[in-house]
Amino acid sequence: MSSSSNNHDHHEENFIQKYIFSVDHKVIGIQYGITSLLFLLFGFSLMAIMRWQLAYPGTEIPIVGFIFGESGVLASEQYNSLGAMHGTIMIFLGIVPLAVGAFGNYLVPLQIGAIDMAFPKLNAASYWTYFVGGVIMISSFFMPEGAARSGWTSYPPLSVFENGQTIWLISMIFLITSSLLGSMNIIVTIVQLRAPGLTWMRLPIFTWAQFVTSFLLVLAFPPLEAAAVMQLMDRVAGTSFFLPSGLVMSGEIVDVAGSGSPLLWQHLFWFLAHPEVYVLILPALGIVGEILANNTRKPIWGFKSIIYSMVFLGFISFIVWAHHMFLTGMGQAMSAFFQTTTMIISIPSVVILTSYFLSLWGGSIRFNTPMLFALAFLPMFGIGGLTGLPLGLAASDIYLHDTYYVIGHFHYVVAPGTIFALFAGIYYWFPKMTGKKMSEMLGKLHFWPSLIFMNGIFMPMFIQGLAGVSRRLADGGQSYAHASGVLEWNEFMSISAFCLGLAQIPFIVNIIMSLYSGQKASRNPWDSTTVEWAAPSPPVGHGNFDGPINVYHTAYEYSVPDDKKDFKPQFEN
Amino acid sequence: MLEFLHSLGLPQNLSLQGEYIDNANVLMHWLMLYLFIGWGAFFIVSLYKFRASKNKKADYYGVKSHLSSVLEGAVAIVEIIALFGFSYPIWAYRVNEVPDSRDAVNIRVIAQQFAWNIHYPGADGVFGRTDINLVDESEQNFIGIDRSDEFAKDDIILQNQMHIPVNKKIRVDLSSKDVIHNFKLPELRVSQDAIPGMTIPVHFTATTTSKDFLESVKGTPREGKGLEIACAQLCGITHYRMRGYLTVDTEEEYNEWLASEAEYLDFGDGDDDDWGDDDW
Repeated sequence: MSSSSNNHDHHEENFIQKYIFSVDHKVIGIQYGITSLLFLLFGFSLMAIMRWQLAYPGTEIPIVGFIFGESGVLASEQYNSLGAMHGTIMIFLGIVPLAVGAFGNYLVPLQIGAIDMAFPKLNAASYWTYFVGGVIMISSFFMPEGAARSGWTSYPPLSVFENGQTIWLISMIFLITSSLLGSMNIIVTIVQLRAPGLTWMRLPIFTWAQFVTSFLLVLAFPPLEAAAVMQLMDRVAGTSFFLPSGLVMSGEIVDVAGSGSPLLWQHLFWFLAHPEVYVLILPALGIVGEILANNTRKPIWGFKSIIYSMVFLGFISFIVWAHHMFLTGMGQAMSAFFQTTTMIISIPSVVILTSYFLSLWGGSIRFNTPMLFALAFLPMFGIGGLTGLPLGLAASDIYLHDTYYVIGHFHYVVAPGTIFALFAGIYYWFPKMTGKKMSEMLGKLHFWPSLIFMNGIFMPMFIQGLAGVSRRLADGGQSYAHASGVLEWNEFMSISAFCLGLAQIPFIVNIIMSLYSGQKASRNPWDSTTVEWAAPSPPVGHGNFDGPINVYHTAYEYSVPDDKKDFKPQFEN
Repeated sequence: MLEFLHSLGLPQNLSLQGEYIDNANVLMHWLMLYLFIGWGAFFIVSLYKFRASKNKKADYYGVKSHLSSVLEGAVAIVEIIALFGFSYPIWAYRVNEVPDSRDAVNIRVIAQQFAWNIHYPGADGVFGRTDINLVDESEQNFIGIDRSDEFAKDDIILQNQMHIPVNKKIRVDLSSKDVIHNFKLPELRVSQDAIPGMTIPVHFTATTTSKDFLESVKGTPREGKGLEIACAQLCGITHYRMRGYLTVDTEEEYNEWLASEAEYLDFGDGDDDDWGDDDW
């Protein structure tokens, strides 16, 4: 905003360059942040409509019912659309862009003492490709065919024949391209632009997590991009990559070339989508690590084993994908391999989580809002991880596969897990980004109801799953006898979901209010040790820091014995 | 633990191999419970004991023991037990011990949007020829059976109605005409994707008849509702009610049922075939 305003046109251009088509990593990070938060809210609203349908099937949806036709009742194909789009939006337009695009972009250069990302223009290209992908995805709601309705997993042959899938695939190609651009940039930035003295083992957990995450994105997404193009060709160009011969639909022989394999898609899809799970988790673990160290006022316990575990997780995550496919007719060798790798990958996860729990011991624990979210992350993510065990073991998966147990499992990982960590991160770094502190009172008003209602939604899913209720049923299981004993939970879960929506109001109010009238934040309001706190709040436009940064210590030198202060910043000798 | 899972909603198991699957689930849930209680107790104690208002100065070193490695080792051991003791053998039985069609009641199940076609080979024990070119839904020929084939004459084909005898090996050869479905019998712990272009065998042995099952669920929300075939893979618009009915009979009941279905066959398709033969 520092323009000499005697030339009005020049000023306008400046604004666009500075806040719209900026190449500054901080602006791009905030652009990513705002866009993805809006998508998260949108994805949540889709789920709220679905949850109304599940609790009160066949009744008119309040407030927004008119969108779904005259009766105001959700038709089953609309339910399928909302389901597919909820998953897609939450993962590809909400959490990944928030965790990697927003947090990664904003914080990685700051944490390594760099003035910007290695490729600022590539960075802007990444955001705008994401933005276009998002617009295309949302536009599919207004297309004659409607939005995609074959699940976020888009299994052919269904996806090749169902409405709305073409737009979904085109959008995915944009989103994947965006992720590839962004993640390559992060890798190069971390390798090349670290401040003098910032050796690998001095790198904070958050940056390590972004580093591993970016490798996952770079290596896992290309197969899905290829697969998306192939499925698009199956739909529009008459190819049959994923279509076998001899399909009969509605009594008519389907006129396709045939000889393709529906399972090929599943392999390509899960080759991305399993590492993608770690793309969702690792940045969250990184954020939580930072906040735990800061608010226990002591070093993270087992720092090195956490880093090694993260790298190991990254590698192993590439060879577990087919545990999503145990029931596709898999033989003994394949199933043995993939369930063994799945059990192996649980070990580093246990190591990381246990180290975080142990980090609390001996601390001087401050219960501020970021810490509350970070602390709640631990048991919630624990439930999510543990309930993955019976799903990863092929034998117990036979029964639990594709039931609500799975839905409960991965929502615990991603919702009260990752999303809580992202909330924690927002509260923690908001002072750095804006120069203002967020309200603690509103923060707690956001935290406690969110924690309670998250559990209200997801805990009963395990009960429904144990009863054998399948996911993706437009009537929530009303048609099936085996669901009859657990259907009464649907209303409870739906009411929890609506309340969870209300619980986000303090958060939104808090962001807006703090921006205008929040308490001014100093450079290092949390008495933290990592390099981003050396910069002014907010960091200066070009260059981030007032001067060159040197790094002298490991990342979490809190409460060093015989030190006057209880923290020893990395950037101070 | 099994009682606990039942109390949460796990239906009673009605098949021979279901017991092993339930055992695997019980083991995993014990592991989960121990870990969660362990973490949880440590978590709560730490938060209370080391709150800033009480513990002003943090300890730079924190936990000094390496007991956590023991925990991690224990998890690894339980997982090895789960793999070698439970999961590998269960899976090997599932995919390597598929009974020969002569040693089991062999049934073909062909899934389609949104119904289950159940194909019995009839008295000769041989499935008749099918051809997709013969599929004609208006004539109720959903799977394209060729009634002129000698093995097809006694084949019984039904939609959404499956009967099986109790305590006999059942082998279902599963396929799909259109998209991917999943053939799920929750109470029998059976679940298998039906994938177009593939035929996948799945085998099981029911241990309780439908009649006994219905008796046992009296007084629960399940009362009066029999066993069902569920579709457990999103397959399109009315996936949510792609439901078939499963009846587990005693052997005598099953044979009577087969005979009654076969009788029906003689009147209907027998005439058709005669007419066809004369004409050509």
